[in-house]
Amino acid sequence: MMVDLGPLWLTVQLAAVTTTLLLVFGTPLAWWLARTRSRAKPVVEALTALPLVLPPTVLGFYLLILFSPTSGFGAFWVRTTGETLTFSFTGLVIASMLYSLPFTVQPLQAAFEAIGRAPMEAAAMLRASPLDRFFTVAMPMAKRGFLTAAVLSFAHTLGEFGVVLMVGGNIPGETKVISIAIYEHVETIRYAEAHVLSLILLTFSFVTLFLVYSINRRFPTGGRG
Amino acid sequence: MLSLDITLEYLGFSLEVAQTIPQSGVTALFGRSGSGKSTVLRVIAGLETGAQGRVAWDGEVWQGPGQFTPPHQRGLGYVFQDTRLFPHLSVAQNLAYADKRAGHLPGPDMAEVITALDLAPLLARQPQSLSGGERSRCAIGRALLTRPRMLLMDEPLAALDEARKAEILPYLERLRDQIGTPILYVSHNMAEVARLASHLMLIEAGRITHHGPIEELLADPATAPALGLREAGAMIHAILAGHDDDGLSRLQTSAGTVFLPRVEAPLGSILRVRILAQDVILAREAPTGLSALNILPATVTAIQMGAGPGALVQLMLGEDRILARITRRSASALGLESGTQCFAILKSVSVAPGNIGARMAPAGL
Repeated sequence: MMVDLGPLWLTVQLAAVTTTLLLVFGTPLAWWLARTRSRAKPVVEALTALPLVLPPTVLGFYLLILFSPTSGFGAFWVRTTGETLTFSFTGLVIASMLYSLPFTVQPLQAAFEAIGRAPMEAAAMLRASPLDRFFTVAMPMAKRGFLTAAVLSFAHTLGEFGVVLMVGGNIPGETKVISIAIYEHVETIRYAEAHVLSLILLTFSFVTLFLVYSINRRFPTGGRG
Repeated sequence: MLSLDITLEYLGFSLEVAQTIPQSGVTALFGRSGSGKSTVLRVIAGLETGAQGRVAWDGEVWQGPGQFTPPHQRGLGYVFQDTRLFPHLSVAQNLAYADKRAGHLPGPDMAEVITALDLAPLLARQPQSLSGGERSRCAIGRALLTRPRMLLMDEPLAALDEARKAEILPYLERLRDQIGTPILYVSHNMAEVARLASHLMLIEAGRITHHGPIEELLADPATAPALGLREAGAMIHAILAGHDDDGLSRLQTSAGTVFLPRVEAPLGSILRVRILAQDVILAREAPTGLSALNILPATVTAIQMGAGPGALVQLMLGEDRILARITRRSASALGLESGTQCFAILKSVSVAPGNIGARMAPAGL
């Protein structure tokens, strides 16, 4: 039996790229949600949380339509990059970012809210500019929130299936991620290969979650250096 | 001059302050909880964005029509009541945070601040492991290292018990006398204020009701109701003249010698002595056969009848003014009126050590 580990590698790449981009774009969003008094806040919060309740196929369906070269966005993408978003790795990254967004934004928002305004005011009175105090006070104090957000987003992207199936299909080396590979093995009654990949995913997921909970247990109060 | 002309409204409370604040010495902003004193501090710092009006430091306008200088560009230091040391940094890193962002400015350096506040043994510790008093000292040190043009202190001692307060007060006196950064000090504790401040502002329900040099304000019967009758009392200066064998110290005041339980300060120090109005008894004749040690000749300068049975009498004691709180009945029985010569009996035990502050540099008197 030769198990093709390509899908595993592709999945890790997808999860890593998605998590990195989510931390970059999700952090300002979480910060805004944690601090704003705007009336738009509940709307944005609801939109952010949607992927938690929507069946992945619904999200995938809308993304498929959005990514299609016949839609405004899809056409714009083809014009500027020369590639289509459907059935491509880039399309998967964008879809995964939306799919895992709440797993980045919610822990970060909670961590920023827990810090409150007091330490930021203190930093301002020590002559720190807003950006300076974000990087030197808010981020270090929200360290655990960042860890939780990164691990949950990574793990959640690993297990993604429905959205990938809708917008990515099953192209080896491009969109064939581990969950799709397992599904395909089961469909073609190659249970041995399905077992190997499933066990890898199961073990990896358990170990990551175990590590996160152990770290949270060892540092029960936020922000300790 | 730091000048304020601001209004701020929030749920059921309005703050309206038009005031100039001296840029030297310690100015105390005194009021009960909920009077708006902390809010005034936050407006000066630029932390209350809802305030309307004008805030200016000399010619530099921090807040005005269409203008708002953010807090980090105002050059003020702020000591919060809850200290707000950064929990993710050690004490040394907390101090360095301020120092790094203000290192190019003139002012007290790291070594000076560490010495003045005895911070050396705390440097490696995390803020969470410090006692309340230690945390306060670190917060004050950190604020000083921003080399502020003025230090705003929001009840820095309110969270501490009496013993810890007594431990920090000498440090604050040292700052006042050695480092010389002007301080705006918010407090609802008159004993603290009388010990530290040179200038006093009283705030009630969002309005400044009285302001002026502290000696004048504390000896003015008109301000006494605002301070609360229990807190009413004058502050006078005295020189520590000597120590007697029986454990008493001799203090020279402008009206004569006052004896107090031993005062730990170098001979010749100028001290602040606070005499509460309720601890002063008046007599028309020089009393004899009385256990009180401190009996000084005085002249009545004003009498203010209270709404109840009490009256406040302002007395000239040498060159100082003090207050005595007696009953209206006694006032008429003694025939007191402006100009009456009498004797003030100070119950010496009631002049608590916490009400005496040692000054390094002679001033006043």
